[in-house]
Amino acid sequence: MALKASDLSVGDEHQEVVVDNLSRTQIVMYAGASGDYNPLHTDEVFTTEVAKYPSVFAHGMLSMGLTGRMLTNWVGDGRLAKYGVRFVAQVWPGDTLTAKATVEALREENGEQFVDLTLSTVNQEGREVVKGQAIARVDP
Amino acid sequence: MAADRFPVEASHIMMFARAVNDANPIYHDEEYAQTTEVGKVIAPPTFAQSSAQFDPEYFLRPKVDEPWFGSGREATGRAPGEGGGGGPAGLHAEQEFTYHRHLSPGDVLTAEMKPGKEWEKQGRRGGSLKFREGITEYRDQNGELVITARSVGVQPSKVVEQD
Repeated sequence: MALKASDLSVGDEHQEVVVDNLSRTQIVMYAGASGDYNPLHTDEVFTTEVAKYPSVFAHGMLSMGLTGRMLTNWVGDGRLAKYGVRFVAQVWPGDTLTAKATVEALREENGEQFVDLTLSTVNQEGREVVKGQAIARVDP
Repeated sequence: MAADRFPVEASHIMMFARAVNDANPIYHDEEYAQTTEVGKVIAPPTFAQSSAQFDPEYFLRPKVDEPWFGSGREATGRAPGEGGGGGPAGLHAEQEFTYHRHLSPGDVLTAEMKPGKEWEKQGRRGGSLKFREGITEYRDQNGELVITARSVGVQPSKVVEQD
């Protein structure tokens, strides 16, 4: 289900809880699928005793992947033209993340309609962990 | 990220979608996918990052018969000063993908990384932060550019303190 430009207005929002009570196992699943086996994400002993963090934490790319689920659920499959984020705070086991997209602009380019979105993902304390932007192709 | 041969496979896409907590059938159900606008299974938008699996030099994967810096008998498998704690690439600061088309099982990609800009910033809690950008071009079996990825890594001069 793709979005229609005619149904959208600047300022429209869509948000979803993309993970509830993030588990260490979910982080390990991401390590296994992505190939980033950094012990900072997978190895509590190394991370607390050697790297001196309070616990393992999520890959930035896991936060981006989780945020991407909200995005594709809204704009539709295969509709993204661009998706970019900045990782602004770490994501820890136990976190619940809510990802939100806001319509920034609607425009036409070479006869196709696009929506520009700003993205923000926050944790259970309302602290922003991912800030981003995306461009998606929409129906007229 | 650099890979001479990154075959995009259905089971890898399914596992990657599970890893990002996304049960959308477009990522694993071929029959369903055929009924959609896209018409076939595609990969989630951040899937290209898993080219790390096909980068022979990727340093965040344990290698056969090489010591690994994670814990085993000791908290780290390497002596101090041999790397670890995020390694030379430091932490991931930014990531951006530009999609020329979306990936599907059967695609065989190459990934070529070119260094981008470098800059330095003063950290909020003292110390300096070194930023390094890399641009990775993913091309398909026909040599067509399918995804351009821009990545920024940051190397703090000390462990980032938590609030």
